[in-house]
This record gives sequence, structure tokens and C-alpha cells, in this order.
Amino acid sequence: MKITLGGVAAPGSSRLNKTGGWRVFYPEFLHIRCTDCGLCQKLCPEGCIFKADKKNFYADLEYCKGCGICAEECPVHDIEMRPEVR
Amino acid sequence: MDQVRKTVVLEGSRGVAEAVRLCRPNVIAAYPITPQTHIVENLSQMVADGLLKAENIRVESEHSAASAVLGASAAGARAYTATTSQGFLLMLEVLYNMAGLRLPVVLTAVNRGISAPLTIHNDIQDSLAARDTGFVQLYAEDNQEALDMHIQAFKIAEDHRVLLPVLIGMDGFILTHSFEPVSLPTQEEVDEFLPPYKPVFYLTPKAPLTMGTKTDPEFYTEARYMLHKAQQNARQVIVEVAQEFKEKFGRFSGDLIDTYLTEDAEIIFVSMGSLVSNLRAIAQELRQEGKKVGVLKIRAFRPFPFEEIVRAISGAKIVIVMEKDISLGATGVLAQEIRAAFYGKANVPRLSGFVVGLGGRDVTRETVLKGLRLAQESDHLCTFLDLNPELLEEV
Ligand code: SF4
Ligand code: SF4
Repeated sequence: MKITLGGVAAPGSSRLNKTGGWRVFYPEFLHIRCTDCGLCQKLCPEGCIFKADKKNFYADLEYCKGCGICAEECPVHDIEMRPEVR
Repeated sequence: MDQVRKTVVLEGSRGVAEAVRLCRPNVIAAYPITPQTHIVENLSQMVADGLLKAENIRVESEHSAASAVLGASAAGARAYTATTSQGFLLMLEVLYNMAGLRLPVVLTAVNRGISAPLTIHNDIQDSLAARDTGFVQLYAEDNQEALDMHIQAFKIAEDHRVLLPVLIGMDGFILTHSFEPVSLPTQEEVDEFLPPYKPVFYLTPKAPLTMGTKTDPEFYTEARYMLHKAQQNARQVIVEVAQEFKEKFGRFSGDLIDTYLTEDAEIIFVSMGSLVSNLRAIAQELRQEGKKVGVLKIRAFRPFPFEEIVRAISGAKIVIVMEKDISLGATGVLAQEIRAAFYGKANVPRLSGFVVGLGGRDVTRETVLKGLRLAQESDHLCTFLDLNPELLEEV
């Protein structure tokens, strides 16, 4: 990747910037009380929460930076932040 | 009205407004502040009267004015703003961004002292705060040069080797509010000299992109280096544009520097802005008395013309820097740069730096002659001339 004039980047280029390395806590999706509301997916600032199936959401840990917003916002507390073990 | 070249008596601010109009900016955003006001008043009048087809964005502060022209320029528009003093300082955060985003905005930095204490009068402390922003900085000596410089500024800024914003320092009141005869180019001439702006990247919904993306340590240094390189490229472009301007309009007021009677001079005054005119007059007078005195004008403060300065003044015995600014706790800003230019060179002249004309204090013939006398006696690192000790309170 080269630097463009004025740091210009095309859409989607943030995929090159893997923010997973910033993480101290990771979100554990419990898959117990999930109501399929989809809030976690909508509010994740990295856009890295995906839906595998009905009531089955997961975070792409290559990009999840561990901010905890999904866990904070889940109305039924079905996501828990756990310390990253490296 | 722009069919024939005319010489007219105009207020400095009006001259700048006319020059900006002839450059056909698409967007203007500015917040009025003394002594910049007349420039933007004139421009809004022109827009209201239909003489200038531009979007004139009214804003609530200088930070917003700068942000509006930043946005306009990012969308590919030719954009212009003007400010001074506190307003300039409020813009500062945005100015770094303009340069970093490589947006060729042109900004008139009317020069006024800064608070505290409050002053509305002239010195050049304000725009020197933008020293490290990445802006190309040019300083005008008189109203004709200010007018011409604006036309040159858009061309320099928009050159693809540069693509940097340009600011034009213009002494508040001394130039902005004084009337001088100026030659106004025709619209046709300016159009030939300054073709429409062709951006490399611009914002459009048709092809979305991000400008000034977040940069990790592995890229930031290179991005800054590219900015520095653009500044280096600007050296050549400023010289070329000054030459081209001379061919087209028949006027030349220097490129990176200008020299006056320096060839055989033993004593050379160095300054920027309108003070250079005073120094020219004094040099002329001293020449009549048989003293070999010359003047060096720094026209481009960024990029700084190190080599050109050394070439121009290394033959002198004494160099005297007169400047209306001070880097508090150090020396005059220009004196610092001139000293740096000579480091490691052979034939280094003696050098004195004087701080004069702060907050609108007149720089008289006597002021300059006193500086000359002092500099001949010994070297001055940074001496305030005309300091009135009776006004100083003991602490
Ligand atoms: S916010 Fe909670 S309940 Fe809603 S989809 Fe996400 S995990 Fe399920
Ligand atoms: S912790 Fe933050 S980044 Fe990670 S999945 Fe949740 S909301 Fe997204």
C-alpha cells in the first residue's frame, strides 16, 4: 500500500487496518438470552459483528478492538466482556 | 469592466478583493475582523452585485470559515478566505489540516499583533504562528505586490508539484487601509495566466473516498515527508510563477527573495512586508551619503530560501535583521532563520537582530538609523529598538 496525496483512501480500505491487536477484553456472545434484536451489530464501531444464524451473532476478532459497546448495549445482557488471554 | 488594463487608486483591501475576484474563486468564507474587514466586505458586495459568481458562506467564527473553505477545496472548488490576529489563531488547527490534506486554499493573513494585551495594530506575530503548518507563506511589500501575489498564489497553490495552501501576509492598516495607485489586470489576462483548478482527488458522492485517513506509525512519517517535499517543490514553482507573471503582466517584485542595492553593499538590512519599503528609502538616502547599504526582502518565508539568502548577502560586512515579531524567550523569528542559513558557511557576515514596530508602533527613519549605529558598534542577538524604559514597571 502506498500513501496517497493528502492521505486519500478508497471506500473499504479500513479493512487493511486490523484493529484486533488493540483488544484487552473480548466480547463473549453467550447465545442464551439473545432476542435477535441486532443492536450489537448496528452499534459496533468497527462493523465487525456478523450474524451466523438466527439469534447467533459473533464478532470478527481480527477487527474487534474490545471497546465493549456491544456488551454495554445488549438489552438482555447476552454479551460479556472477558479479559483477553494471550 | 475588465476589458482594458487600468491604473486606479485603490485601498489596499479593495485591491486584494479585485485580485481575488479576477481569480474566479468558487467559494469564499470569512469572518470579519479588523483590519481584514474591508477585503471581505468588498468581496461580499461583489457577490451580491453579481460581479463575482461565488458561494459566499457566512460563518460564525474563523474556525468555521477555515473549515468551510477546507470542505469546499476538498470538493474541488477554488476557495479563498482572509483573517487576522486572534481570528488567525482560531483558524490554526484547521490550517494544519488544509496543508495535510493538500488543499490549495488561498488565505490573506492581514498582519496584526496578538493579545494580550489587546491590540488591533500591525505587526507580523500572528501569521508566523503558522510557521510549521505546511502553508506556503508569502509577504507583500506594497499594495501592488499584494494584488499581484494573490493571482500568483492560486497558481502556486494549485500546481500539482505543490498542492499546498498559500497564505499572503499583508500588513494591517499600513497596506490594507492605505490608498495607492495599482494596475488592475484584465479578466482575460488573468484567465490566461490562471486556468481553472484541476484537483487530483476531490469529494463527490459519485466516487466516495476518505481524505486524511487515520495513519499508524508505519505511514505517518512518510506522509509528513511528502508534505515537506511539496514545500521543497514550491521553491521552484514560486520562481517560475514570478517569471511567468513578469512576462504576462510586466511586473516583478521578487520571487523567493528580492534584493535592492545588495551587490556591493557592506551593510544589508533584511526584513519582510511593508517595512522593506522604508528600508529601501533609507538605503537610498545612505547611498547618497556614500555609504554602501542594501536591502534584502524575504518574500517567501515558507519555503525558506536558505541558499538564495546566503548568495545574496554573504558579501556584506554587517547584516541587520529588522522584524515586527519575536519568538519570546529566543530571538526574532526571522533572525533565527537567517542565522541558521549561515551555519557552516564561509564568509559569514556579522549579524544583528532588532525587534521593531510591535503592535503598530511606527518604525521611523530614526529607529532604523539607531539600529544601524548599534549594529556597527557590536552584534545584537535580539534587541528591542525604541523601548521606552519609563513605561516599564519594576517587579
Ligand atoms: S444486542 Fe444482544 S439481544 Fe440484540 S442481537 Fe445482539 S446479542 Fe442478541
Ligand atoms: S467489543 Fe466493540 S469492537 Fe468488539 S464487537 Fe463489541 S462493539 Fe464491536
